Order: sequence, then structure tokens, then C-alpha cells
Amino acid sequence: MSYILSILIWLPVLGAVLVLMTGGDKNARYAQTIAVLVCMINLFLCVPLCLGFDTNSYAMQFQENHLWIRAYQIHYAVGVDGISLAMIVLTNFTGLLVIFAGCQAIKVRIAQYMAAFLVMQGMMIGVFAATDAILFYVFWEGMLIPMYLSIGMWGSTNRSYASIKFFLYTFLGSILMLIALLYLYNQTGVFEIQKFYGLKLPQHIQEMLFFAFFLAFAVKVPMWPVHTWLPDAHTEAPSGGSVVLAALMLKLGIYGFLRFSMPIVPVACEHLAWFMIILSLIAIVYIGLVAIVQSDMKKLIAYSSIAHMGFATLGCFMVYEIVRRASSYQDAYMSLEGSVIQMIAHAFGSGAMFLGVGILADRFYSHSRMIKDYGGIATRMPLFAAFFMLFAMSNVGLPGTAGFVGEFMVIMSAFQAHFWVAFTAALTLILSASYSLWMVKRVFFGPIANEHVAQFKDIYGFEVVNYVLLAIGVFYLGFYPTTVLNVLHASIGHLLEVSLPI
Amino acid sequence: MNFIMPVFSAALPEIFVLGMICFILLVDVFLKEQHRGVTYFLTQITLFAAFILAVFQYHNELNPIVTFSGNYIVDKLALLVKMFVFITSLFAFIYAHDYLKERKVSTSEYYILGLLAVFGMQVMASAYTFLTIYLGLELLSLSLYAMIALNKEVSVSVEASMKYFVLGALASGILLYGISMVFGATNTLQISVIPSVIDSLSKGQSLILVLGLMFIIVGLMFKFGSVPFHMWVPDVYEGAATPVTLFIASAPKIAAFAITIRILVEALPMLHIEWEHVLVAVALLSMFFGNVLAIAQTNIKRMLAYSSIAHIGYMLLGILAGPDSQQGYSAAMFYITTYVIVAAGAFAIIGLLSKQGIELDQLDDYRGLNARNPWIAFLMLLLMFSMAGVPPTVGFFAKLGLLEALVEAHYVWLAALALLFAIIGAYYYLRIVMLMYFEEPRESTKISIGSRVAMAAISVNGIAALVLGLLPSTLIDMCRISVS
Repeated sequence: MSYILSILIWLPVLGAVLVLMTGGDKNARYAQTIAVLVCMINLFLCVPLCLGFDTNSYAMQFQENHLWIRAYQIHYAVGVDGISLAMIVLTNFTGLLVIFAGCQAIKVRIAQYMAAFLVMQGMMIGVFAATDAILFYVFWEGMLIPMYLSIGMWGSTNRSYASIKFFLYTFLGSILMLIALLYLYNQTGVFEIQKFYGLKLPQHIQEMLFFAFFLAFAVKVPMWPVHTWLPDAHTEAPSGGSVVLAALMLKLGIYGFLRFSMPIVPVACEHLAWFMIILSLIAIVYIGLVAIVQSDMKKLIAYSSIAHMGFATLGCFMVYEIVRRASSYQDAYMSLEGSVIQMIAHAFGSGAMFLGVGILADRFYSHSRMIKDYGGIATRMPLFAAFFMLFAMSNVGLPGTAGFVGEFMVIMSAFQAHFWVAFTAALTLILSASYSLWMVKRVFFGPIANEHVAQFKDIYGFEVVNYVLLAIGVFYLGFYPTTVLNVLHASIGHLLEVSLPI
Repeated sequence: MNFIMPVFSAALPEIFVLGMICFILLVDVFLKEQHRGVTYFLTQITLFAAFILAVFQYHNELNPIVTFSGNYIVDKLALLVKMFVFITSLFAFIYAHDYLKERKVSTSEYYILGLLAVFGMQVMASAYTFLTIYLGLELLSLSLYAMIALNKEVSVSVEASMKYFVLGALASGILLYGISMVFGATNTLQISVIPSVIDSLSKGQSLILVLGLMFIIVGLMFKFGSVPFHMWVPDVYEGAATPVTLFIASAPKIAAFAITIRILVEALPMLHIEWEHVLVAVALLSMFFGNVLAIAQTNIKRMLAYSSIAHIGYMLLGILAGPDSQQGYSAAMFYITTYVIVAAGAFAIIGLLSKQGIELDQLDDYRGLNARNPWIAFLMLLLMFSMAGVPPTVGFFAKLGLLEALVEAHYVWLAALALLFAIIGAYYYLRIVMLMYFEEPRESTKISIGSRVAMAAISVNGIAALVLGLLPSTLIDMCRISVS
């Protein structure tokens, strides 16, 4: 089973080719069947991956290594540690949901839609599995093409603008990272990420590298002030695209901070931790406030995503403050773990909410996403309303749901180091409650808004399957996060070790 | 005076091509109008056989051969360049075939002039004195002037040809002037001899040599079409018939690369400080103006012309980083060959989709191409992303090599700027993808490519942009061996 990671990466890509060969919309059934099958096989392949994973080791496992480009010593090298394992499973899980949702919602160019999302899934698994910097970069950028196409081809009215903005923003972010990687290559002679750790570069070089990485990852997260592409991309994308963006693509930024910034340039990270903490707090509070006033449901959830990702970045960089002020490694560890859990939890919560908006918009004649066009949905779609309420609660961070665990861990550990940082971060509990619940109130309760809403049918088929799966995820992570924490345990401990300057 | 018999076998591809040109020219005179296909057929056979000959030489000649009194060299660089020239010309003629047949443009002339141009490029690739370089270059240029004017009913074509001729002649003059200065200073035209005499030059002679170098660079930059000598590029690309544009945009760039390496790297490596500084300026200006001006274009041929200016700028980055890094020259060579493949594909699609007298040369014509022909749209998508340098297409690995060389040569700022311009460039490539995929077509009729051969060729060409990106190692190694 040593090729399992390669199969996970390339099977969806192969599936995409097969799907494309089915041709036009006449054979849509075949395209859908192939896509669903491929995603299911991929998800089942995660079982041996998880079972074979040794949770006591922080080393890369399931490694594969082949020389790819001789001239630059670039390897096709993949492997997983605890963090990437969790993300890969999440990617496969979300991929299946998105394909399910697409089977029901997408009516035109079905084969191309399925192919785009399959390729995206493969690329994303590649990003999380790559242990060679250029391979990482290839997957990281390669993912943009299908995402760009999916926003542009199945998006709503302003899609061209949103898709180009998305592409150029992320492209711009990544270029400095490429130069940073080339610089590191010139220092070490290899592109192996692990060899970049512990290089002991001088501080000013570290700071330059830090900003090069920062731009790439901050755009992806997205952090304030480079977040402006996200609301546009989210609103214009088809709901499947929004789910992938929110549940997976944003995580790549945090993953980048964990995999590149913190271990490669620890001194710079420690020096600039205050900068990252301030940006994270701005994201949490200011973007939270912006979310409240949104009238477009997708925009609201998009801004709430930015705010929640602020927690993840806060958790990452509070580590340095915690060690400096409280010199408590236990709390630093908890902070880092909290931020990873927050990533996973947010995938369930926001992914489900984006799906929900898609479900509503599909039923409305003009595909409106405006809050004012809806009202009293709960009487027409009771099942949907119950599920949506659950996910909104997870978004708020209600104890017992996934959203609670990560936020709680980050805030708790932050209190050890700095009261006001923790206090400001804790404001999110009020803010996220106000925007989420206020939206739920306006959309789901009250009198039925108009005659279109009166004709809404409750969710059925794949929609129910999706929501049941997501609800299981939310509760599982909320009540029993131990299994996930076990997987992360050794890897995060090691990460903390290499990320702290000595 | 001793007469040493030249090694004729070394020049076998040239002798063969020249012989065939004469033969085809004769045959063509006696052909009836409906049998013109024979000319095309013979031309392709010539190119293919020449390609095979070059491949054999590449495998057999392990050491460079210098012959014809030092005028001529066969080494890995020359052979690799010739192989690329043959294969790209072969593809270019396949693409041209349908277009010319349908429009009844003077068909045989196109192929024969094309073959003459190919012959010129062979001479350029193997030239080992300044005079031979000039001979090859002129043979190429003269054929190209005539090829542009072939479309003689269209006034834009004639204008473009005239413009190219006047400016090209001027550039050739400048180049020749520079060569004469080099000769005046060093008393030799042999590329292999010049490095050894440079050390013994007086101060005045060195000054003349540097001046000569500047004139030569001007001439070369004109032939490449880089800023500030780029004015002819958009007009010629737009004015010429698409198959001619395709031809100009492909093989000659590789041949020009070969002579640049011979002159700057093999003959005048001592002056690398001087030419590096000039090339930095030229490269920056080309990348900037090429990419920025391309945004404003509505004609796709014109847009690709500006994009070619930008790409030449990128290629120059590799050459200027060469003296301070191991892989600069090979990165530049990899860049130019892959760019040529991609550009040929893009022009081929423009030419092949143009039918029944309708030229698909406006950007708007590509609206909704995905609905009208998904496969061609997909190929165009690959080519555009490759030009933009997005992985996993080959364009990314080409840029990666250049950037690596720049970082190694401590030109990190230049690498950052190059990437910034690449972002600007990405915008207009994405716009084509946007038109093809995100917009509804004006007419919903299907659009297709008539001949199967052309369809197969363009498919190979488009997929090559992806496959060379996934497996670039072999080609990179070939480029490395040839310029090491």
C-alpha cells in the first residue's frame, strides 16, 4: 500500500478525464456516476490510510520519492504527518459532498463541472501530501485553474470579474513564495521541505522570507487586509465552489503557515508574532462587524469565514507570545492544536451553510441570495431548518458542536499570555452569535415572505445525505475530538519543537 | 596555399535541404495547378528526412566538428537547434496547408520560401564566424520579407512586408557595422579565436570592440523583436497571413537564440559585464511594454505579438544570468523552445478556425468557443495557461528555470519584477479563457477543423504544453548538454 497517496491524488484526475470523455449533457448520468464512484473509492481509501498511520510518530509516513526533474533535483515526493492526514481525510469527505450537491444542483455542462471538481480534489490532496517544495507549488497553483473555471462557468452574474480577481489575487500572492523557495534551494541545494527546517538563517533574511511566505498564505487564508477577493469569489461561485473554497482552500493558507513559515523562519515568526496577532484580531472583530450588516447570505457567511480563520491564525502565532510571556509549552501546544481543530470544524460549519444557501437559491426563481427575499422557511422546510440551525450553532461555537472546541482551546491558551488579546478574541462569541442567529431568524422564522417561498419543497435525496454526513461530523468533533487530537498529537508536538527559536 | 578538404558529411542536412530546394523548385515549374499538392508533400518529406539526419548526427557526433575553414561548426547546440527548427517548421507547414489551399494564396511559393528560410536557419545554427552568421540571417530575413508579401491582395500585408523589409535592412546594416568594428579591433571573424585575442588588445581597440558589441546587440534585439526595437512586431504579426505569422513566430526565434549564444557567450564572454547591463534594460522594458500593451489589444494576433515581445524579455533573463549561474543559458534555451511550441499552437488554432474567408482574429470571435468546439477550446486553454506560466503546464517550468538562474546570480529583485510582469500578463491570457468558457457564443453553430492531419497536429501540439510540463526533465537535460 505504499502508493496509496499517489492513488489518492491521481485517481480523481484520471476520473476527471473519464468524465470528460462522456461528452455532452446527454450522457450526464454516466458523468455523475463516475464522479460519485471515484469520490467514494477515494474516501474508502482513506480507511487504510488512517489505520496504517502510526499516531506515535511525527515522521512523514506513506512516503514516496522519485526523482522528477534532474536538473534542479526536484522530486515527486509525498508523505503525510498527522496534520496533513487530517486535512486529506477532510478533503476527500468534502469532495464527496460537493459532487453529491453538484449532481442535484448543476443542470448544464455537467461533465465539465464534475471534471473540474475532481481535478481540484486531486490537486488539493497533492498540496497536503507534497513534501517537495516545487511539487507543493505545482499543486498549489494547479488548483487555481479548475477553481477559476468553476467560478466563471457556473457562477452567477458577476462571475467573470470575481473569477479573474480570485485568480490574479492568489497568483500575485504566490509569486514571492516561489522566489523564497528558490532562495532556500540555493542555500540547501534541494527542494525537500524538511531540509529547509533549522537552517539558522540571519534574522533580516528570515524576515524577508517571512513576508514572502506571508503574502502567499495570507491571501489564501485570507487575512485582513488582503481578503477582498473572498467575498466576491464566494458570492459568485456555484455553491459547490463556495464549499470547496470555504472548507478546503482557506485551510491551505493556515497549512502553509504551519508547514513553511513557522518551522523555516522561526526567528522572524517570533519577532513578527505581534503583527500576525493584530491582523488576526482585526479579522475577528472588524470582519465580524462587517458580517453583521451584510444583506447577501453568501457574503455574510464569507465574512464569517474570514473571522473564523482569524482564530486559526491567532492560535498559530499566539504560540510565540505564550512561550515568551508564560513560558508554558503546554498552553502553546494547546493553542496550536486549537487552531488546527478550528480549521476542521470551520470546514463542516461553513461548508454546510454554503450548501444551505445553494439549496435555497436553487428553489428561488431568480436564484436570489438576498436575506430580504426569504422568510418563514421553517414552516415550509422544517427538516432543512433544523439542520441549518445546527450548523449555524456550530458556527457560533455552541458547546457540543465542532465550532466550540477550537475556539475554546485558542481563547483558553491565549488567556495565559495576554488578557486583552484573549478578551478581544472572545468578542467573537457575541459577534458570531449576532450575525449567524440574526440571519437565521430573518430567513427561517417569521411570516412567509412571498408566494415563491410558499412553494418551497423540503430537502430530499442527496441534500439530506449531505446534511446527515455533515451533522455527524459536527457532533463527532464536538463531543469526541479525542480521535482527531490523537492523530495530531505527535505532529503538532514536533512542529512546536521546530518552530520555536532556540 | 594549402587547401584542406572540408568535412562534407558534417554538413549533410544542409546539403540535402539545399539540393531538395532546387529539386522542388524545378518540379514545381512543371506541375499542373491541380497537382500542387506534390510540392507540399515533397517539402514535408524534406523536412522530415533532414530531421532524421540531424537526429543521427546528434547521436553520432560526440565531439564538435569545425570545418569549412572554421566557418562552420557541428556541435550539440547546432544540432539541437536544427532539430527544433525542422520539427516546428514541419508543424507550421501542416497548419498552413489547409489555410493556403482554401484561400488560393500562392501555395508553392510559401513552401519553397519557407524551405529557404529553414536553410537560412540551419546556416545560422552552424555558423562559426560572424560572416556566416550574417549570411544565414540574411537568407532567413529575405525569405521572410517575401513570405509576408505573399498575401498581395491585402494592403495590410504589403504594408507589413514593406515595414519589415525597411527596418530589417536597417538592422542588418547595423549588425554588419558592428561586425566590422569587431573585425577592426580583433582582426578576426572567427568566433573561436576572438576570446584568445581579447586579452592582448590595447585600450582603444577594446573601446571599439565594446562599441561593435553594442551595434551587434541592437541588430540581434531587432531580429528578436524586443523593446526598444519592437515596433515592427505587432504590425507584421497582424498584417501577415496567419500561417506566415505562425512561421515567423516559431522557428526563427530558436535560430536567433543560437546566434545570440554564439556571439555573446562563445565569442565575447569577456565582455559579459557590458552585455549583461544592456540585456537587463532590454529585458525589463520588453517584459513591461510587451505585457502592458497586450492588455489593450482587441486583435488576437496583435495581442500575441506583444506577448511574444514579453516572452523574449523573459528569455533574455536567462542569458544575462548565464555568466553567474550554472543553468542560465540552458534555462533560456528551454524557455525559448517551449515558448515556440506554445506560440505555434496558438497561431495554428487561429489559422485553422478561420474558414470560408472569415478570419477569426478578433478576441470577440472566441466568445463561447467551449460551446462550439470543446476540444479546441481546451487546447487553447492549455496554451494560454502555459503562456501565463501556471503549473502544471510547461510555461511554469520554463519560468522556474529562469528564476532559479536569476536567484543564483543574485538578481533576486529582477526575479521579483519578472514575476510581477507575469501577473500583468496573466490577465490577458485569462481574458481569452474567460471569453471561451464564460461567455455565450454569438452564433451557436459548431465549428471544426477540416483536415484530420491538422487536427492531429494541433492536438499533439496542445497536449505537449501539458505533457512537457508534467515530464520536463528530458528536454531540460537536452538543453543543458547543448549549451554546456
